[in-house]
Amino acid sequence: MPLKASERMKIQRQAMPESPPDERNKHFREVNLGLPPEIASMEAKRCLACKNHECVAGCPVGIDIPGFIGAVEQGDLERAANILYAANVLPGITGRVCPQETQCEELCLVGKKGKPVAIGYLERYVADWARANLKRTIEIAPSTGKKVAVVGSGPAGLTCAGELAKMGHDVTVFEALHRPGGVLVYGIPEFRLPKVIVDQEVKTLQDMGVKIECNVVIGATMTVSDLMQQEGFHAVFVGNGAGLPVFQNIPGENLKGVYSANEYLTRVNLMSAYMGLQADTPVLRGQGVVVVGGGNTAMDAVRTARRLGADPACLVYRRSEKEMPARVEEVHHAKEEGVRFEMLTNPVAVLGDEAGWVRAVRCQRMGLGEPDASGRRRPVPIEGSEFEVECQVFIEAVGTKSNPLLTQATPDLKLNKWGNIIIDDKGMTSIPGVFAGGDIVRGGATVILAMGDGKKAAVGIHNYLSTGVPTA
Amino acid sequence: MFPILKSQWLAPKVRQLVVEAPRVATRHRPGHFVIVRAYSGGERIPLTIADSDSKLGTITLVIQAIGATTERMCLLKQGDSLPDVVGPLGKATEIENFGHVVLVGGGVGTAVIYPQASALKAKGNRVTAVMGGRSKEFVILEKELAAICDAVYPCTDDGSYGYNGFVTGKLGELIADAALPVNAVITAGPVPMMKAVANVTRDKGILTIASLNPIMVDGTGMCGGCRVTVGGKNLFACVDGPEFNAHDVDFASLTDRLTAYRDHERSIWARLQSDEAHKCKLQEAMAEAQAK
Repeated sequence: MPLKASERMKIQRQAMPESPPDERNKHFREVNLGLPPEIASMEAKRCLACKNHECVAGCPVGIDIPGFIGAVEQGDLERAANILYAANVLPGITGRVCPQETQCEELCLVGKKGKPVAIGYLERYVADWARANLKRTIEIAPSTGKKVAVVGSGPAGLTCAGELAKMGHDVTVFEALHRPGGVLVYGIPEFRLPKVIVDQEVKTLQDMGVKIECNVVIGATMTVSDLMQQEGFHAVFVGNGAGLPVFQNIPGENLKGVYSANEYLTRVNLMSAYMGLQADTPVLRGQGVVVVGGGNTAMDAVRTARRLGADPACLVYRRSEKEMPARVEEVHHAKEEGVRFEMLTNPVAVLGDEAGWVRAVRCQRMGLGEPDASGRRRPVPIEGSEFEVECQVFIEAVGTKSNPLLTQATPDLKLNKWGNIIIDDKGMTSIPGVFAGGDIVRGGATVILAMGDGKKAAVGIHNYLSTGVPTA
Repeated sequence: MFPILKSQWLAPKVRQLVVEAPRVATRHRPGHFVIVRAYSGGERIPLTIADSDSKLGTITLVIQAIGATTERMCLLKQGDSLPDVVGPLGKATEIENFGHVVLVGGGVGTAVIYPQASALKAKGNRVTAVMGGRSKEFVILEKELAAICDAVYPCTDDGSYGYNGFVTGKLGELIADAALPVNAVITAGPVPMMKAVANVTRDKGILTIASLNPIMVDGTGMCGGCRVTVGGKNLFACVDGPEFNAHDVDFASLTDRLTAYRDHERSIWARLQSDEAHKCKLQEAMAEAQAK
């Protein structure tokens, strides 16, 4: 006997079991432990399977959300998994790192009256179950005989590669680093996204016939035109990300102990510096660590510093907490773990000792003025409010610029004034057969938007290869 | 995997590896570097490409054993492989017809100037090479450079070979020679040497290019760890360089930043040696046990 809507509405949103804050701020294992089966079934019952299912419109890859949740409620996890896979080749990743509160869950009808259905938790639940219990059988269309090169193995590239492989294309992914995954392995820490999950998703793609070549920088080792003219690729997808870290240009940035968040996280994650002397690649620790920025990267850096023993691990952001672009859950977790938040505060100089090491950061308090172009209230410095925070490590997480390596080596590629690649509504660039997506198009955005781009471009590429034009 | 086709000592603690990396070899130009991992789990380190052969698909690397990673790299033999080699990275040297170019290499920096010498010669320059070493056995690639250059001047700090003194002394002499005016200087080697070279040429207004060697992680512009101050601006050596106008480089900051991980290096080194000592003891104990 199916539940009535009113009965469903009475069920409270289920909580995600978490590793206790005082334990987890000392290790790198995952914070969210995953829903137990009975809790997942209970959560699934909260979905009303409403007629408009607006949640789907909020999903950049268009997952049939009521469909998979209905399958969870019925206990048919295999069907739930297949519904997820049909729209999303990487559900184990998106279930962990998507900002659901501003996408699917924001539009959830249940959320209009109370708390929305925990769509992200359920997605992760199904993906984790499938990884442990299901031999993934993804239907691959007969070979088209077309070769596609994918540049970059981050979320955009992996998604595009997976979708193209499903359509029967012969796909090779080129990765600049020595390990595939892009930001999923160098940027997002283990405690948010275990590397083993990325490795397994990559393995799934390889099982589907996708080839992955590491240590190839397109723009240096080969060019886009080499790929098409010499290597015989019929189309190319560029998803090489927004690499170049931005520094604030304040005095003292070359002192020892100043990092971009990219460098700090790459050392700790990709190069395993969290293992201390067991890793060849070092990272500077220090008693006090200050991170500037308000996005997920800043949260990842400051929570990493906390785990490496920083006290204080201090987050400095020039606007107020409300304006922070980071996921709400990360902010909440960071606070629980003992991260000190200094909002409406901006660093104005890094101060060093005689030997060239960071000893403190001089900060300034900010007030909020009139709304700026982003619609958020503009932070204005408060005169005479300067103060120092003692620290030995200072990390800047204030955004990235597009990496010019590929674009400079590809002069025909049209760029906007920020150096991002311009694409049409099918994802194609100014060069026929060359598509692009993810941060190299958007500037710094999210994993899921990059995946949405990868998926859209795969459709564009498929149509281009079938008809010679990228019709949708 | 990138197979090592040849491995030999060029000088004490300086090893030359010829590595199969066809794609890198095809696109290599003088000034380019690669990022290498010597073994799985190892550091990513930048190494200038000392030579390449696009027909054979090989590149040549010259490594000085100065730390845990490079010590282990120098143990690699023919038939071994490097798990990761990526490149060619960085901007290539701007090869122009300057007239008379003096290349100044110190220690393994001599490997950096070698490919530049051939390219500059092919462009019609008069090319002079000055190669420094602590003593005779540390002067490398003399024969190879002599085959290309119009003149080569090995220099040794202890006077055991060639010019008795630092490369800057020899460079000063060359600049003073009115018969063969020096139009450009390109230098690679230890930071104090490049700084000294820049000081010699600054007042004379001679264009001087230095190939910098800051600490890097990815080598593609992603981490910014290799930032150097050039002309008051912070630039990334991996994508904006690694060659810059030496007169504009803040060498003091570069020198200081190179020391950031010295403690870690020492600890890793101690760990490796205690591992070795442990292994030796274990082997002794096993040999003893067998003898009994």
